[in-house]
Amino acid sequence: MSPLVEIRSLSKVYTRGRQKIEVLHHVDLDIAAGDFLALMGPSGSGKTTLLNLIGGLDSPSEGTIAVAEKRIDRLGQSELARWRSNHVGFVFQFYNLLPMLSATRNVELPLLLTKLPASKRRSHAAVALELVGLADRAAHKPGELSGGQQQRVAIARAIVSDPTLLVCDEPTGDLDRQSAVEVLTLLQRLNREHGKTIVMVTHDPKAAEYATHTLHLDKGTLVEAGAAVAAVAAAS
Amino acid sequence: MKYLHLIWSALFRRKTRTLFTIVSVIAAFLLFGLLNSVRDAFTSAGHNVAGASRMITMSKESFVVSLPTSLLMRIQAVPGVSAVTYASWFGGYYQEPKNQLVAEAVAPNYFDLYPEWVLPAAQLQAFHRTRTGVVVGQSLAEHYHWKLGDKIPLQATIFPQKDGSNVWTFDLVGIYHVNDPRLKGEEGALFFNWDYFDQATQFGGGKAGWYVLRVAQPKDADRVARAIDTLSANSDHETKTQSEDAFQTSFVSQFADIGLIVGSIMGAVFFTLILLTGNTMAQAVRERIPELAILKTIGFSNRSVLALVLAESVLLLALGGAIGLLISGAVVSGIRAKLGPQFPMLPVGGDAWAEGIALMVIIGLVVGALPARRGMKLRIIDALSGR
Repeated sequence: MSPLVEIRSLSKVYTRGRQKIEVLHHVDLDIAAGDFLALMGPSGSGKTTLLNLIGGLDSPSEGTIAVAEKRIDRLGQSELARWRSNHVGFVFQFYNLLPMLSATRNVELPLLLTKLPASKRRSHAAVALELVGLADRAAHKPGELSGGQQQRVAIARAIVSDPTLLVCDEPTGDLDRQSAVEVLTLLQRLNREHGKTIVMVTHDPKAAEYATHTLHLDKGTLVEAGAAVAAVAAAS
Repeated sequence: MKYLHLIWSALFRRKTRTLFTIVSVIAAFLLFGLLNSVRDAFTSAGHNVAGASRMITMSKESFVVSLPTSLLMRIQAVPGVSAVTYASWFGGYYQEPKNQLVAEAVAPNYFDLYPEWVLPAAQLQAFHRTRTGVVVGQSLAEHYHWKLGDKIPLQATIFPQKDGSNVWTFDLVGIYHVNDPRLKGEEGALFFNWDYFDQATQFGGGKAGWYVLRVAQPKDADRVARAIDTLSANSDHETKTQSEDAFQTSFVSQFADIGLIVGSIMGAVFFTLILLTGNTMAQAVRERIPELAILKTIGFSNRSVLALVLAESVLLLALGGAIGLLISGAVVSGIRAKLGPQFPMLPVGGDAWAEGIALMVIIGLVVGALPARRGMKLRIIDALSGR
């Protein structure tokens, strides 16, 4: 069976003025369906760039990315947007909720791009909020919720359209330990009980323990576990 | 419609700023409604089907110079002329100088040339029979609470009677109305018998202020006008014959170019409005760059983001504009009720709304264009990382 995410010889080069910076260098990676992968590495190692490429937020300079056998590196901007809406749920460090909308309205956002009627959108959003344990906060706006609760709303928004893949960029980076545990437990439950494939970038080794696999990046290259530990230790 | 809550909440993200901006849009469209009402009152007079075949012959020298009534038969004899009448300006006021009136002394057949003015036949006959009879427009009658049979004393400002009195007392024998709401301004006039006027005033002597004629075929208007003006060529009362439209325009332009004044004021108002609302929209989008990036992350296309920002901008204008026009409608009604039909204002009607809505959409699109383009072009990863 082919992996859900198949990355081959992936490179990404950014141009800053006259300078070219290679952030990823010929990365090869397979992520199986149902996997919970933690991507670790020091700052500037390219882990967020790799996550953005997997999530279809950016395009590679070289190499290929296939998700569920679909070559997303070949898609144009509008095709990528459509693909993201159908296949990827995003969770960010700073939650990125729309502050003027209620929790329900925030969760409902991805469903606006579907043909679902309003009543169905509402009921789907309610189920997603129930799943993250925030059914009683449905009418609250982000400003009325704690950080952990906001991140759980963000997770509900990410899963409401039942995406193939969840990509999480430092989802506990802005949370206290207790909230972080709640969020990580929730992600783990989504992976174990609902079969969601999750790719999570984190600096936190304790967060990575919730994943089924951990990979380390250093200077744009995937490194072996032992070397990675040394690299992380050196960086810290 | 499913995006309306998204657009609405984005618009009111900064309530105070949005409310102040809406107030300025309201002010602009209130002014638009009021000025449009004045301009329409001036420009709509005579712009109707009946008016298309009517022409006015007046002194080439000036509107205030009278013409001999001997011209009547000669104009009537010009081929293509199907009817002729005449009138003289009287003016004057009712009770107080602030109640200035549009009052004219008219020939017996004057109303025949204005079929759009609906006057019952019995009242027209009474007008013909009663030497001191007067016919007024319905709006004017309502404003002064006049009813048939009332005595109406008018104070002359130019034409005293032969006995030196400036008071002319008339008997109200007819009230006409117009059915076309755009012509409601024409209900603000008062007409009495020219024969009575000519005999009673110190300045009589068989002079008419102007002639009104109907041409059988509007296409012959230029030829008929030339033929009539030739009748008086090289005399001491040379004439100028023109369409009713042109006459109204030249009459109004004696005071001022209303269209130019209104256009200039509106231009300045809307230019300022564009700068103001443009600044609001630019700020609003600048603050929401990460939120727009999130929408794009979720799967909103570039075009969707463009459309959302443009819709927000148009909604901002539409809210303020609609409230402004509603208020202007109420204000115009109030002014008309207070000052009477003499004050040249037409109700804020369908045409003003259509023009106003077009302005709201156009200005909304103009001020939203740059911020919307910015939202459309933003790169997700740059926006999310605060670059």
